[in-house]
Amino acid sequence: MSFLDACLYSLTGMLVVFFALVLLMCIIKIMTAIGDRAEKKAAPVPAAPSSGIAAPDTRAAVQSLSMTAPLAPGTAGEVKLYDTDPRTAAMLMAIVADELKLPLNELRFLSIKEIKEDK
Amino acid sequence: MSILETLGRLGQTSGFYMLAFNWRQLVMIVIACVLLYLGLVKKFEPLLLVGIAFGMLLTNLPGSEMYHPELWDAYIAGNLRLTDIIHDGGLLDILYIGVKSGLYPSLIFMGVGAMTDFGPLLANPKSLLLGAAAQLGIFAAFLMAIGIFGFAPNVAASIGIIGGADGPTAIWLTSKLAPDYLAPIAIAAYSYMALIPLIQPPVMKLLTTEEERKIKMEQLRPVSKKQKILFPIVVTIFVCLLLPSVAPLLGCLMLGNLFKESGLTDRLSDTAQNALMNIVTIFLSTSVGATAVADRFLSPRTLFIIVLGLIAFEFATVGGLLLGKLMCKLSGGKINPLIGSAGVSAVPMAARVSQTVGAKANPSNFLLMHAMGPNVAGVIGSAVAAGFLLAVFGG
Repeated sequence: MSFLDACLYSLTGMLVVFFALVLLMCIIKIMTAIGDRAEKKAAPVPAAPSSGIAAPDTRAAVQSLSMTAPLAPGTAGEVKLYDTDPRTAAMLMAIVADELKLPLNELRFLSIKEIKEDK
Repeated sequence: MSILETLGRLGQTSGFYMLAFNWRQLVMIVIACVLLYLGLVKKFEPLLLVGIAFGMLLTNLPGSEMYHPELWDAYIAGNLRLTDIIHDGGLLDILYIGVKSGLYPSLIFMGVGAMTDFGPLLANPKSLLLGAAAQLGIFAAFLMAIGIFGFAPNVAASIGIIGGADGPTAIWLTSKLAPDYLAPIAIAAYSYMALIPLIQPPVMKLLTTEEERKIKMEQLRPVSKKQKILFPIVVTIFVCLLLPSVAPLLGCLMLGNLFKESGLTDRLSDTAQNALMNIVTIFLSTSVGATAVADRFLSPRTLFIIVLGLIAFEFATVGGLLLGKLMCKLSGGKINPLIGSAGVSAVPMAARVSQTVGAKANPSNFLLMHAMGPNVAGVIGSAVAAGFLLAVFGG
């Protein structure tokens, strides 16, 4: 094989690699666009937290929110804290994520409230 | 027969006696011991290098008869059937069937797929461009192997694939295109992968400015589970339709990934990335090492391959970095070009190098997840390049 032929094969090879990966890039972008649109359609407006005591089945509530609410962009969202310091809230969110085996950025916490038991 | 005659005959059949008349095998035993030292003491890819070195040791012990290259030559020439090799061959001949058929590299790819998170790639699909650019090393080494060292095209293609920085891909392609060169190519590929933290940083610093290295990148967007599950299926369909020769490697990679992402096949994912991968690694490494027989390994061509392998790695790094710089300019300084060097594959070592060099320029810089995108794109890119080379030179 002459050096010129080798150059042509190399050029073709690089073009094939680029073509395949650019094709994949386009497919991923299309997949993302379709996914985002479907999620927007499916996501109902999350209900505001009731002013009373927090729901007893927190695990189920969080799980259902993680399935329906749009994903927070890399954060846990804007969490409203009632009688809870940020350090405790961060700890609670980490525990919930660990228990559910879900990444923290796939969960959306609306509010965290300390329930004071009557003595 | 006297006792002395018996002892004399026993001595003549011993390996020590045979070794005295074959200095080449002695040299190979020394090389195997050096590689064992590098794997065990210096920790250069020990999981692969220890097996390769031990296979090399076994095959070069005179009289061990564990691997017979002449049987494989006859098989390639069409004068022998696989059943003849099973009947007449040694233990390593039988293990080598898995290399020759492409079974082991594909199964290892399944394990790699089960361990890989394509999330960073899905979050930033432009990473794929960097993974493609870093395949420059493959074709640069291919050109040099033909133009400067005068290798045949099929051998040059196998040498070039070292630049893909992907051991299973290199073994898969070489076993099909140039099986005689399997040992030096596999050793070069794995050794340079282990040396990536030494090979890449000088080139990265040479091609980027301090300001570019300091660039902090925005946090990646989250990727949904659905997308992660769809990705391996879509990639398999499109890439294997585009380049059917790559189906065994890419198909297994994506199957392993589907096991991981589906969440319903955890047991299979666990087996693919642990038990199966470990078993196949043992078979693959020892049988690849066994191909390093003295008469074929000890030649100037082995040294040329080692040199070309290094050139391939450097060019791959340059390719990724140059496109990274271009993307940095086009994005208005939002992309740190250092992530381009991770496109050489070598998961996750190359991504870690990007992180380390970036953190040295700016300690608050966290490039690891951004570099993982090009890094896994490089795996797909090198598999595509291997499929192209097989389609062209596998004839």
